[in-house]
Amino acid sequence: MDAFVALYIFLLAIVAGYIISSKVPAIFQTSLLSGASFINSIILIGAMIVLGNAETTIQTVIGFIAVTFAAANAVGGYIIASRLLQLFKKNNDAGGE
Amino acid sequence: MPDIIIQLVYFLGAILFILGFKKMNAPNTTKHGLLLAGVGVLITVLITFFHHDINTNYLLMSAALFIGAVLGFVKANKTNSESMPQSSALFSGLGGAAAAAIAAVEIIKLGPLTDIAKYAALLGALLGCICFSGSLVANAKLKGIIKDTINLPLHHWINALVLVVVVTFGVAIVLNGNNFEINYLVIFFILALILGVLILLPIDNDDLPITSALLIAFSGFAIGLVGYALASPAIMIVGFLAGSSALTISKQISNSKKRPLPSMIFGDEDSAKSELKKTRASKNIKEINANDAASIMALAKNIIIVPGYGMAVSQAQHKLGSLSKQLINNDVSVKFAVHPVAGRMPGHMNVLLNEAGISHTLIHDLEDINDEFESTDVVLIIGANDVTNPSARSDQSGPLFGMPILNADTAKNVIVIKRGDGTGFTDIDNPLFYQSNTGLIYGDADSVLDDLLSNLKSI
Repeated sequence: MDAFVALYIFLLAIVAGYIISSKVPAIFQTSLLSGASFINSIILIGAMIVLGNAETTIQTVIGFIAVTFAAANAVGGYIIASRLLQLFKKNNDAGGE
Repeated sequence: MPDIIIQLVYFLGAILFILGFKKMNAPNTTKHGLLLAGVGVLITVLITFFHHDINTNYLLMSAALFIGAVLGFVKANKTNSESMPQSSALFSGLGGAAAAAIAAVEIIKLGPLTDIAKYAALLGALLGCICFSGSLVANAKLKGIIKDTINLPLHHWINALVLVVVVTFGVAIVLNGNNFEINYLVIFFILALILGVLILLPIDNDDLPITSALLIAFSGFAIGLVGYALASPAIMIVGFLAGSSALTISKQISNSKKRPLPSMIFGDEDSAKSELKKTRASKNIKEINANDAASIMALAKNIIIVPGYGMAVSQAQHKLGSLSKQLINNDVSVKFAVHPVAGRMPGHMNVLLNEAGISHTLIHDLEDINDEFESTDVVLIIGANDVTNPSARSDQSGPLFGMPILNADTAKNVIVIKRGDGTGFTDIDNPLFYQSNTGLIYGDADSVLDDLLSNLKSI
């Protein structure tokens, strides 16, 4: 990938992240963070490609660890995020909005 | 499967990630947003099985996916609600570690990576390693395995030295092209992991929510950088988006705590804290009992209740709910004032108060209610300390100076329920406790509130 194209992607993604989270009320900061933690699990597809393309034993071992960790990030991150959202949702409903 | 289909699914996945994440920032769409992002993960993972680069290890891959999923499932369900932010950081740490592992393989492969891609991969590996070992230390602190903040002599300099050495090895790896020494890579990773531990050791438990947010940001940037090495725009966009978001939020939390963000990485001057601790004088504390407090409250026209971490620890929110109902029945106007950083995570108090059935119309933010303290008869502070410390307004040399606080000290009467004679997490003395109109009740919040309630009923 052209390094400058990458730089533009970087720039736009940073701005988007800033816009999404800059006006979040304090009580949603925690759940948005858990969301950020969850979407980090997109690295799982990279891990799978590394493991599926491993040429040596050491690459296989590292790839295996990467897939395991990233899968734990995906499932665990999802559960934490949804548990947090439930906590806050309950809170929001209670006010009768 | 044709590559174009796979790329299209990745594109769709990226849309779902971004859209889903965007929806997570507003109360009514959060659940929907998480679901969208979840679908994003699912379809991108499934289609990756058909990726043209994948030609071996299918069984191992399924096994790894299964093991990781089970580990994540078990750990996430075991987490209690207090430690969710740290758990988020822990899972992000795993993602960061995965990114670092991928970077290692890409470097070992001697593939067609450009020098820039190698630098990106190594920088990603560095951030990923810091996030991984750092989040482990953060969790050990939370569980009490590591009890104290640990400051080595010349801690900042050691950190800086390790960082310089890591970067040097990284540059050496890239400059040597395909003939680089594999040991360099091993040393690079070990030092990067050590750096994560070194950075987290001196962090105060009270600052862990900020640090956790920062670790999630590190992991996001690590993933984005490794995504570049993998030439995957989808991974890049999502990683950088998550990283920038987490960084923005950690900045917000650190602003509301008046803790400079860089000090969360490089440590801060502890001298101010210990100085105050030393000079703490044995000033006059007025201890009152539940009966006294109940009569003060029964005579009040309006009361503001300030909950804090002490309430969460003793799970006193239900008693607090009953107490506030009793007060309202007695025609006392009751309001709750929640400081943005009361408790251990933003929104912590709101969740607990809601659990106790306290209507959110009674719960007010700092900005909304701060002017009302002056005209309030009684402020009841339950296990909150630093967020009411008036020295944040006046003591320019104090570490809290400038942090917005609840102006509880301006009320006519202040009642403080406190576990013991200690200071808050920041270990700073609170002049509010020595005011002539302040009465302290020592004890566990839950049992004190019980006493208060029965006394109030008998009045």
